[in-house]
Amino acid sequence: MKRVEPAEAGSRPVFRPPSAGEVVADRIFHAGAHAAGVVVVGLLFGIVAKIGLGAWPAVRQLGLGFLGSAVWDPGRGEFGVLAEIWGTLYSSCLALAIASVLGVAVAIFLTQGFLDDRLAAVFRTAIEMLAAIPSVVFGLWGITVVIPALRPVAAALHAHLGWLPPFATAFSGPSLAPGVVVLAIMVLPTVAAISQDALRRVPDRTREAAFGLGATRSEAITRVMLPAAASGILASLVLGFGRALGETMALAMLIGNSGRISWSVFAPANTLASLLASQFPEASGTETAALMYAATVLLAISLGVNVVGTLVMACNRKAG
Amino acid sequence: MRPSFVGAALALAVALGAPAVADTRLTGSGASFPAPLYAAWFKDFSARSDGVTVDYQSKGSGAGIQDYLNRVVDFAASDAAMTDADIARAGGNAVLLPMTAGEIVVIYNLPGVAALKLPRAVYPEIFLGTITRWNDARIAAANPGVALPDTPITVVVRSDSSGTTFNLTSHLAAVDPAFAAGPGAGTSVPWPASDRLVKAPKNDGVTATVMQTPGAVGYTEYGYAKLTGTPMAELENRAGVFVAAGGKGGAVALAAARFDAEMRAFVTDPDDTEAYPIATFTWMIFPKSVADPEKAAAMRQLVAYALDEGQAMAESLGYIPLPAAVIERVRGAAAKIGAGS
Amino acid sequence: MATPSPAPEAPDLRRSLADRRALSDSVLTPLLWALALLAAVPLVSVLHMLVVRGGPRLGLALLTELPPAGLEPGGGFGNAIVGTLVMVAIACLLSVPVGILGGAFLGFVAPESRLAAVTRFIGKVLTGFPSILAGVFVHAALVLSMGSYSALAGGAALAVLMLPTVMLTAEQAIRMVPERMTAAAIGMGCTDAQAAMRVVLPAALPGILTGVLLAVAGAAGNSAPLLFTALFSSYWLSSLSEPTASLAILIYNFSGMPFPNQIELAWAASLALVLIVLAINVLSRLVSARRA
Repeated sequence: MKRVEPAEAGSRPVFRPPSAGEVVADRIFHAGAHAAGVVVVGLLFGIVAKIGLGAWPAVRQLGLGFLGSAVWDPGRGEFGVLAEIWGTLYSSCLALAIASVLGVAVAIFLTQGFLDDRLAAVFRTAIEMLAAIPSVVFGLWGITVVIPALRPVAAALHAHLGWLPPFATAFSGPSLAPGVVVLAIMVLPTVAAISQDALRRVPDRTREAAFGLGATRSEAITRVMLPAAASGILASLVLGFGRALGETMALAMLIGNSGRISWSVFAPANTLASLLASQFPEASGTETAALMYAATVLLAISLGVNVVGTLVMACNRKAG
Repeated sequence: MRPSFVGAALALAVALGAPAVADTRLTGSGASFPAPLYAAWFKDFSARSDGVTVDYQSKGSGAGIQDYLNRVVDFAASDAAMTDADIARAGGNAVLLPMTAGEIVVIYNLPGVAALKLPRAVYPEIFLGTITRWNDARIAAANPGVALPDTPITVVVRSDSSGTTFNLTSHLAAVDPAFAAGPGAGTSVPWPASDRLVKAPKNDGVTATVMQTPGAVGYTEYGYAKLTGTPMAELENRAGVFVAAGGKGGAVALAAARFDAEMRAFVTDPDDTEAYPIATFTWMIFPKSVADPEKAAAMRQLVAYALDEGQAMAESLGYIPLPAAVIERVRGAAAKIGAGS
Repeated sequence: MATPSPAPEAPDLRRSLADRRALSDSVLTPLLWALALLAAVPLVSVLHMLVVRGGPRLGLALLTELPPAGLEPGGGFGNAIVGTLVMVAIACLLSVPVGILGGAFLGFVAPESRLAAVTRFIGKVLTGFPSILAGVFVHAALVLSMGSYSALAGGAALAVLMLPTVMLTAEQAIRMVPERMTAAAIGMGCTDAQAAMRVVLPAALPGILTGVLLAVAGAAGNSAPLLFTALFSSYWLSSLSEPTASLAILIYNFSGMPFPNQIELAWAASLALVLIVLAINVLSRLVSARRA
C-alpha cells in the first residue's frame, strides 16, 4: 500500500502499518485470549476430574440405581438421589418462571421510560443490592418472614384448591414453596440486570422507528424492543437458571430436606445442592463418595439444560 | 491503576504472604455442639497466655475429623469421639480427651402447657410417628390435670447431619427396639416419611420451626434451649423417674460412664434414679507426635486451662462440668500430647 | 371537468379503548407497574429486616473490635471486614483479567471458532456450579497441598464462582459494541489488540462492570465455599496463608447461636456486607462514568 506522506514534518502519519512492538503486543493479546478460553475449559475438566475421582467408588458400588432410588441412609449404606433430582428440576423451573416474568418486567419498566431517570437508577441499584445479600440471610429471612407469611395463603389454597396437584398437601413449614419464593428472588437481580443491559443496547433509532411507524408503546416494546434484545434476555435466563440450580445455603435452610417426590409445592422436598450442603460436613467414607456422585449428577443436569438451551437458541436464530 | 498503587499492593501481598512467625497459632475444627463453650475458652485462654492464639470453627464432627486426618488443622473436636478405623487412618496419632458434656432436650410448642412429662414408652413413639395426637391417652396419663389439645403432633428433626442427632438416635435406639429397627442410630437417619415430619437446619432452625408451629415437638441441645427460653419436656428415665434437664441429672448419668482405652464412653441409657436419659460427652482430639514442640506445649497448656478454669464456665453456658474423677483421668491422658507415639 | 374526489376522512385522533391496540397498550402500563412493585416487595422486606435488626449495632466499634465469645457483651467484626475485602480482592485479581480476556475471545477475537463454542458452553455450565463444590474443589487443590486453610484458597474459591459470570457478561457486552466501531478501528490499521484495548473494551466497559459487580455481589456473601477454604479466625489478619475471618462465615456462625449479642452482630454483619457491595457498586460506576 502506498505510504501517505505527512503534510507537516514531525506530525505522525495517519495511516501506517503496525510497528514490530505492536505486532508482538497483538500476538500476546491473541495468545492471552486463547489462553483464557483454555483456562475455563481446563477448569471444568479439573473440577470434573476431581469430583469424578471422588465419586468413582460410589459409582462402582451403586451404579445407576443411585438415580432411581429415593432413600438416603448413611447408616445402612443405601444412597439414592431420585427425590433430589426431582426437587432440583421442579424448584429451579418454578423459580425461573417467576424470576423471568418479574425480571424482564423490571427491566422493561426501568428502561422504557416508565419512570424518571434518577428514580430508575435508584431502583436499579436497589435490585443489584439484592444480589449482594448473603445466601444465609435469605435463608433467615425465609424462616422468619416468608414461612409465616405463606402459612395462611397455603392453608386457604389447600382448603379450596386442594384437588389441584400443586396444592395437594398441607403446609408444614420448610417446604418447596418458601424455597421457590426465595430462589426466585435470588435469581431476579441477575435476570433484571442483564436484561436491562440488553434492552439498553438496542439503538434508539430502532425504538423511534417503531413509533414513527405508528406503534403504540406496548407494541414497540413487545414486537420490536424485546425481539431485538432477545439474545441478551435469553442469556440472562440461562445464567439465572444456572444460579437456581446451584443455590446451596438458602435452599438447605428452607426446603425441608425430605426424600419425597411430590407435585405439591407445600410438601417438603430436597435438591442436589442442599443435599450436599446438609450432608457434606458430617460425611465420611462411602457417604462422601455418594455425595460426589450426586455432585456429578448435578453437573450432568446443568450440562443437559445448557444443551437444550443452546439448541433452542439455535432454532430461534434459524427461524427468526 | 497507577503504578504506585500497584507497587504498594504488591508489597503488601508479599509481606502478608509469608506466614506469621511471632505467635504460636493453633487451629481446630469440628463439632458444633460445644462451639459456644470452646469459643469462650479459647478467647479467654489466648488473652491470658503469652503469644498463643487458638482458633476454632464449627463445621461438624465428621468434617473436623477429616481435617484432622488431612493434617490441615492442629486439633479436632467430635461428639462421637473417633472410630477405630479413623484412629487407624491417623496412624494411631490421636489422643482423645473428653472435655465437656451436655444434654439433649425435647422441646415443644403447646400454648398453655407449662410443663410436660413424656414417659419412656411415649417419646420414641412420637419420633417414630406412631403417636400422632397430643391428647393421646398415653400422654394424658402421664400429665394429669394438664389440658392437652386435640391437635396433631408435628415432629421437627434436623435436616443436616449432626452429632446431636447421633446422640438422640443412639438413645432412642437403645430404649425402643422398633426405633432401632427403623431409623436406627446415626448422624443422619431415615426418619419415617410423613406429612407431619418436618426438617430444619441446625439448632436455631429446629427451634424456630418448633416455636412457629403450634403442636410441634423437636430436639436440641440443652444450652441452646435454656439460653433461648424454649420449653423443655421432662423425660422418664430407666428407673421410672421423670427428670428435667439442667439439674444434676446429666452429671449423674455420666458419672457411671466406663471409658475404654481410647477414653471413649457412650451412655445411651443410664439407670440411676436421678439420671437424665440423654447426656453425652464431647471430645477433643490432639496429636501424639507434633513437629513443633512449642505447639505441643501450647496444646498441653490449653487442656490444663480447660480442665481447671474452663469447667467453671461450662454451667453458665448450659454444659455439664466434668466429674472430678473424669478430670483426673483426662489430665493423665493429656500428658500423651506431643510425647511422641 | 373531473369530479373532485371526495375529501379523505379526517383521521380520528382520539384514543378509544374499544380499539384493541389501544386497549392492550393501556393494560401494559399498570401491569408493568404491578409486576415491578411485586418485585420490590421482597426487596423492601429484606432491607427492612436488615435495617431494623442490624442497624442499631452499626458504629465504629464494629470496625475496630474483634468477635465476642458466648456471653460477652459488645464486640465487633473488624477482622471479618478486612478478611472479606482481602479475599474479594484476590478473587477479582484472579477472575477479572481471565474473565475479560475470555469474553474478548468469545466476542471479538474468535467468536466462531470451535474453542469459543466449547468455552461458551462450559461457561454456561459453570454458572450453575454449586458454591459448596467450588469450596470442595479448591480444598482438594490448594488447602491439602498447602497444609492449611488460607485467605488465598478462599479467594481462589470465590474466583471459581465469579469467573463464568464475568466472562459471559463480558462477552455479551463486547458483542453489543456496534460493528461499525470495530470495523472503523480495524480499517484505520489497528491490530486486534489495539482495537480491543482502545475501542471495544472501553465501549463495553459499563456492561463488563455490571458483570463484575454481579459476580462480586454473589461471591462475597457465600459461606459454603469459605468453610472449606478459609475457615475462620477470631483475630486480626496477619498472613495470607492462615485461616481468615470473613463476614459470610461470621454470619453463618453467629446466626445460629443462642446469644442475642451474637445474633445482633450477625444482622449487623449482613447489613455491613450489603453496604460494602453497594459502596463498591457506586464507586465503580462513578469511576467508569468519569472515564466515558
